[in-house]
Amino acid sequence: MNGFLSKEEWKKRLNRRLFINRIFYILFFAATTIGLIFLAMLLYRVLTQGIGYLSWDFIKGFPAPYPEEAGIFAGMIGSVYLIAIVAPVSLVLGVSTAIYLEEYAPKNRISRFIQGNIQNLAGVPSIVFGLLGLTFFVYIMDFGYSLLAGGLTMSLLVLPIIVVAAQEAIRSVPNELKEASYGMGATKWQTILRVVLPASIPGILTGSILALSRAIGETAPLLIVGAAAAIYSLPDSLLGPYTAMPIQIYSWVSRPGEEWPLVAAAGIIVLLIVLLLMNAVAVFIRNKFQKRY
Amino acid sequence: MDLSQVIHHENKNKPKEEKHVFEVSNLNLWYGDDQALYDINMNIPENQVTAIIGPSGCGKSTFLKTLNRMVEMVPSVKTSGNIKYKGTNIFDPKLSVEDLRTHVGMVFQKPNPFPKSIYDNIAYGPRIHGIKKKRDLDEIVEKSLRGAAIWDEVKDRLDENAYGLSGGQQQRLCIARCLAIEPDVILMDEPTSALDPISTLKVEELVQELKENYSIIIVTHNMQQAARVSDKTAFFLNGELVEFSDTNVLFSNPEDQRTEDYITGRFG
Repeated sequence: MNGFLSKEEWKKRLNRRLFINRIFYILFFAATTIGLIFLAMLLYRVLTQGIGYLSWDFIKGFPAPYPEEAGIFAGMIGSVYLIAIVAPVSLVLGVSTAIYLEEYAPKNRISRFIQGNIQNLAGVPSIVFGLLGLTFFVYIMDFGYSLLAGGLTMSLLVLPIIVVAAQEAIRSVPNELKEASYGMGATKWQTILRVVLPASIPGILTGSILALSRAIGETAPLLIVGAAAAIYSLPDSLLGPYTAMPIQIYSWVSRPGEEWPLVAAAGIIVLLIVLLLMNAVAVFIRNKFQKRY
Repeated sequence: MDLSQVIHHENKNKPKEEKHVFEVSNLNLWYGDDQALYDINMNIPENQVTAIIGPSGCGKSTFLKTLNRMVEMVPSVKTSGNIKYKGTNIFDPKLSVEDLRTHVGMVFQKPNPFPKSIYDNIAYGPRIHGIKKKRDLDEIVEKSLRGAAIWDEVKDRLDENAYGLSGGQQQRLCIARCLAIEPDVILMDEPTSALDPISTLKVEELVQELKENYSIIIVTHNMQQAARVSDKTAFFLNGELVEFSDTNVLFSNPEDQRTEDYITGRFG
């Protein structure tokens, strides 16, 4: 190279660079593989244990004192109802907050303080949100141990994650597009509605899917705000008692006897299937939006 | 206050003398503590092409963006002095920036179509101003695309995404999009700096056609371009307006030594 390196030296360095290049490829591949191995192990265990108890009766059945008769129907419907509360509440509040912070709030010390605290909230243990829900929704608002109290508590839990994801998505909308809109005399709200949101919806949904997946698997806060461990009917109103799939699974796992963990495994399979279905719907919606723009 | 009434009034009272679309007096502008424009005084003529030239960082883009107050997208901007658009102070708190920007349209350095169909790009402006009827929108879209000399290239694919167009076509689409709000003035911020020579030529030809109906102010890095397309040229240096005169005068017989140094390529 231009006389600074001898040919042999250059060749040696080239081989070294190629070697390091290869090492990093192997490292990243290994990292991915480790995750996949554990996922495969988990799925294998759950499937082999639970498949025996998985039947139409299990899906359609209510809790029972005997493993052969136990079913997850109440939990499944309870979880779907919970998501039906959590998704609209947390999306509307979360996206609105993100829009305010990104587009309206002046960039000063106060908004940076709020920003930092939202990120901290995303890391607060879910049981703490459960305690908040117990105090505020169950007692102060007097919703009792109801579906509504559970849904709202869960909404608070996922809210910070949705805010942060939506902020990222909104921030990634190119400034040139906003300038184009303002340059034609559009107001801020028109620009947000017609340019910023359409361009950021795929990103917002991706983050929200992850957040809602977390909500559907959460157990701790629901235990605190009073989801029932065994219930023999579906919730008939927002203020009715309810249960959710992770609660059922948790209660089965903690029962004595060799067969209950197998029932729990069957419950986990149903939980995973419902989760996959929900994600599929969300991905479908996202792709529809991506096509439009 | 809204600008449509003001314009009507102006046209009735001063029909003959050389009309100015912008009258800038004692304009200073700061980004935070850094002053970017120093005491600019400049009358920009109506229905002509005014070019603004100068080296990078001389404040020419800042000045252009002050004319439709887009410069205020940067929160720390402060201004002093006065800019009158057809007699109305553009900094008047009673005048909305939305109103101003509807009369003073803008084309940006990098083509910035929306990730929408060609049709929806053009219809964006009319729609935000409240035009909803499909027939009206169709008419505006065709008129604007014809006005920007791109109709024949896109008329068969109005429903396709604008990102499928070439860079030059995208920029003419952006000009068409600007025409669709029916502005009086078009500000162009180095509109050809991201384009190849043939696309540049097309945009320059377009500028010549548009000056029949619009007042055009074009910032350019390219002195040949200023000489080719403009009637008047302003030379900015370090935030000051050094010289402003007819383009042929400025390029053949500049008054200021600094202008001469710049146009003869001694710096910049």
